[in-house]
Amino acid sequence: MITSNPPFPVNSYGPDAVIMKDIDGLNWNLSEYEKRGGYQALRKILVEGMSPEDVIAEVKKSALRGRGGAGFSTGLKWSFMPKGEGQKYVVCNSDEGEPGTFKDRDLLRYNPHIVIEGMAIAAYAIRASVGYNYIHGEIWEVYERFEEALEEARAAGFLGNQIMGSQFAFDLYAHHGFGAYICGEETALLESIEGKKGQPRFKPPFPASYGLYGCPTTINNTETFAAVPSLILEGADAYLSLGKPNNGGTKIFSVSGDVVRPGNYEVRLGTPFADLLEMAGGMRDGNDLKAVIPGGSSMPVLPAEVMMATDMDYDSIAKAGSMLGSGAVIVMDETRCMVRCLLRLSYFYHEESCGQCTPCREGTGWLYRLVKRIQNGTGEDGDIDKLLSLSDNIGGRTICALGDAAALPVKSFIEHFRPEFEYLIKYKKSQVESI
Amino acid sequence: MITLEVDGKTVEVENGSTVMDAANKLGVHVPHFCYHKKLSIAANCRMCLVEVEKAPKPLPACATPATQNMKVYTRSEQAKNAQKGVMEFLLINHPLDCPICDQGGECQLQDLAVGYGGSGSRFNEAKRIVSTKELGPLVSASEMSRCIHCTRCVRFGQEIAGVMELGMAGRGEHSEIMSFVGSTVESELSGNMIDVCPVGALTSKPFRYAARTWELARRKTVSPHDALGSNLTAQIKGDTVIRVVPYENAEINECWISDRDRFSYEGLNASDRLLSPMIKTDGVWEEVDWALALDHIKEKLASSNIKPESIGAFAVPQATTEELYLFQKFIRALGSENIDYRLRQTDHEASSNSRVPWLGMSITDVEHLDRILVIGCDIRKEQPLLAHRMRQAVKKNDASLAFINSMTSDSLAQAAKDYLVAPSHIAELMCQVVKAVSGLLGRKMPEGFDDCKVGKDANHIAELLVSGSKKLILVGAMCRNHADRSKIEWLSHLLGELVDAKVGLLSEGANSLGAEIVNSLPGSNGLDAGEMITTPLDAYFLLHAEMGEDSCMPGPAADALKSAQLVVALNAFKGEVSEYATVMLPISPFSETAGTFINLEGISQSFGPVAPTKGLSRPAWRLIAALGKLLDLTDFEYQSIEDVRAQLKDHLDGLPAKLQMKPDLSSMRTQLKGSAHVGIERLSDVPMYSVDSIVRRASALQLTKEAMFDCVWVSTDLSTELDISDQDIVRVEQGGNHFDLPAQVDSSLMCSVVRVSMNSRASKVIGGVTGAVRITKLHSVSTVA
Repeated sequence: MITSNPPFPVNSYGPDAVIMKDIDGLNWNLSEYEKRGGYQALRKILVEGMSPEDVIAEVKKSALRGRGGAGFSTGLKWSFMPKGEGQKYVVCNSDEGEPGTFKDRDLLRYNPHIVIEGMAIAAYAIRASVGYNYIHGEIWEVYERFEEALEEARAAGFLGNQIMGSQFAFDLYAHHGFGAYICGEETALLESIEGKKGQPRFKPPFPASYGLYGCPTTINNTETFAAVPSLILEGADAYLSLGKPNNGGTKIFSVSGDVVRPGNYEVRLGTPFADLLEMAGGMRDGNDLKAVIPGGSSMPVLPAEVMMATDMDYDSIAKAGSMLGSGAVIVMDETRCMVRCLLRLSYFYHEESCGQCTPCREGTGWLYRLVKRIQNGTGEDGDIDKLLSLSDNIGGRTICALGDAAALPVKSFIEHFRPEFEYLIKYKKSQVESI
Repeated sequence: MITLEVDGKTVEVENGSTVMDAANKLGVHVPHFCYHKKLSIAANCRMCLVEVEKAPKPLPACATPATQNMKVYTRSEQAKNAQKGVMEFLLINHPLDCPICDQGGECQLQDLAVGYGGSGSRFNEAKRIVSTKELGPLVSASEMSRCIHCTRCVRFGQEIAGVMELGMAGRGEHSEIMSFVGSTVESELSGNMIDVCPVGALTSKPFRYAARTWELARRKTVSPHDALGSNLTAQIKGDTVIRVVPYENAEINECWISDRDRFSYEGLNASDRLLSPMIKTDGVWEEVDWALALDHIKEKLASSNIKPESIGAFAVPQATTEELYLFQKFIRALGSENIDYRLRQTDHEASSNSRVPWLGMSITDVEHLDRILVIGCDIRKEQPLLAHRMRQAVKKNDASLAFINSMTSDSLAQAAKDYLVAPSHIAELMCQVVKAVSGLLGRKMPEGFDDCKVGKDANHIAELLVSGSKKLILVGAMCRNHADRSKIEWLSHLLGELVDAKVGLLSEGANSLGAEIVNSLPGSNGLDAGEMITTPLDAYFLLHAEMGEDSCMPGPAADALKSAQLVVALNAFKGEVSEYATVMLPISPFSETAGTFINLEGISQSFGPVAPTKGLSRPAWRLIAALGKLLDLTDFEYQSIEDVRAQLKDHLDGLPAKLQMKPDLSSMRTQLKGSAHVGIERLSDVPMYSVDSIVRRASALQLTKEAMFDCVWVSTDLSTELDISDQDIVRVEQGGNHFDLPAQVDSSLMCSVVRVSMNSRASKVIGGVTGAVRITKLHSVSTVA
């Protein structure tokens, strides 16, 4: 059970919040959710009658893109599912393990029913009868909260057979992981649900043709499902207009690091970074902004001046040289040693590599040890080039994206902050921390 | 078909092929470690990364589907960079101990490192150390730091051996290949993991540090231990076979062999090899030369005390066709028809018109079956690789597999169904199946089945058999030694005819078919193996036979032999035969002679010697020919093995017709029900590593769990009823004899059954056959403690 659960002001997630609108930290349960208009989208589909194809077309039109990291069109993904008979699954990826990301945790804790409703709509659209929500192993209380919400939904007839009197049947189960980052990779997640060791599968085949237990499966991030009910209820156009073309809707950003009020902020896609930073209270202690990782630890870091000129949406951040990713905005101020920051990231990927394929298993450890020796002051000339070369040998050569995730930060940190690395190798001390 | 281009060369491949398949078809070598043509695709080593036009990054050839008009470059700058990058990663933690590594010289990593590795290393951190794993007496995992995590061994276990005994535990660079906690690797196919391991992580325990690969001569031969006829490469250092690996033959053993075939070579070099002819005078063995030994036999046979019709001959089905042919010819020329190779068979009634025991189909066809009924057979132990083919049938063809057995089959095939009955009730259950099938098909009930009451199991089996299109009814070698053998075989033929299924009869040894076609069987007035023991004769000739182990009546056999005036043992080993023989003649094991084995499918495979003869030993065919000539017998002029084979030609030519002969089932219509005991019954198996004189001397195999059979296995029900726990000392009584030995509770046994293996110490006293037994608990291990 969640023990500390303070009520907070209802606009804590920002004035434009849709998913987290009117959330105060206590009003998570079914009756409160229904008061906020919960399960009306599902009702609209099942009672007023919307075909699965209509639902998918609506989602496509809304330009809702995957909130887990890759930013792939959700409607398009759903449309990949085979139309025929046979068992299909819908799976929610709540294995939120990316450093800096903590939005799904809030979502499941404070608004679990919106995920359940979103998944039920997805199940209807792709004709799946069973769903799983795979919840990160290190947030046990969230798993328990979600189980409670599931019980409520089942008791109220939002899950089970003949939902709202229709012929639609959908069973949803929660499944908790044990904290392995790799299980957030969608095919490793499927392996894990199947009771196997969490290791990514080689693709193709993709889950839409060979997923859970070998059946067609759609996997989306928690926040993606959570975005669906309002999208259906208000319509694709309204949803799209919240953001900007090709980047529909709102997005929850987990802002962490050197800001006054770290936390989750739900803003319209396309909101300038400067505005988001202001929502988080601005820079802590009046320090200058130095760098931002805009999309979670796997994405390239961007220097302050680039960030300050960037809007927070998929296309703008990609144009700036990074990726929106999961929406984890890690803010670093002028006091941060970039070598030390990279060391922490490299350690993470070294620790979380699943060990299945060679470049990642062997390479992530090597990267970490190289960054560590630079940071220790025992780096040598050539180490920086070696880091870049190793990153090239890992990136794009592994079974899953963890290899890229380990390589991209190294390359971007060196690209933007190479003098700090050179200084450390030359003078055996940090250029920043020694100031 | 898909047309694509690899390195500028156009190639056409089947739909569903990979880039690797296309490259292989063109003969373009793409470096790889985890890819193995018989295992599933893992794509984890990343060594086979190649450039594909329009792909943003290099793709693994092994896992990338070939598509129309694809352009692949395996040696482009991008491909080579990727391959070199992977090789660097593979080497950073791999110990560079090639000079002392057993795999050195035959290591894929070493070979590819020459082409793709750097001359120096950019890695100056400490290397990873991985602890030694204990996997049992056959497979060594002492240097797991060398492991490159290709998971071939894991996939081999899951996909070929049918049991996952190794897995990769841990994460990232802490990943390690290991067995389940406290377990070793016990699959009967485990040695293949050594072959599939591309580096020196898994090595052969018996072979370790015995030789470097380049010191070995390699010669092709055929396995003498089971009727599959696996093709082997024997590797010889000096005069000694010191390793055996598979020789690929897609029709027979693919690229696998059983552990029995792989590790049995140790027996060839056993300390009790007979290296000189020996004569026993007044109870003392004396080495003599060949002339003296043969003269001694001539003299003895000439003495009026030995009547020709009182000469008996025992052969074993591990002997070559040439040996068996000459052996029976020799005995018949002496004037005796007393010759048999079926030393464990008790029921000698003919089941049909001279049908030879064979598989009834080709080995490869087994994979295409959709219905398999196996009767009285521990298939994994009798024919390890045939069990693998059955698993493939289940996996690829969704075949239904059912067993009529006295213990659960553990065939490791998914969804295999066991129908358990006591050994004496097998024929009864089969009668029921025949009746049920006749009912389902609306056929007239055959005679003699009127009072047979069809039970639930029989109905299930019948339903299984009437459906499906490609069916096999397979009778195990265990049934060859069954008191109801002829009935079970007859019923199988009848059932086969009814449901249009092939009928296979498995037999012991590598060459039962050879023994059958050269008529290594008693003549019309001759005595069979059992009668030659119960009616003591004046003289005996033994070809490779060790009666204490190869006969189902070891005690009476020893008595009969000890009372004879002349016992000539043609054997490669002296350990056992010296107890009852009067003359021992050293003959070559299969490895030191030319010979021919005819496998269970009827394929005749000839082979030459792979090593020179040891001591004064000679190939048995040469010895028998010389003995025949010395005794002035007609037509024993053989200059070479080819002269013998010329005379075998007619027999071999007649084989296909003999195999295809339709069984005439009119011969037997009485007492179909079988022996049907009530009460506790014994199951008597031949332990996997006791099947012949060579395997019995293979020291590493004798350390496996499979060789620990000196106990009585008691079913769970009986153990409760008689209050027996593991290690309690139990008395087993059968046929008026008894023996005390420790008990093991075995949940796989049918409720009223105990298992005492044929080659156990107990079996030597109480005999080796199935039948009613009495079990008494003498004292429990807990009271001793």
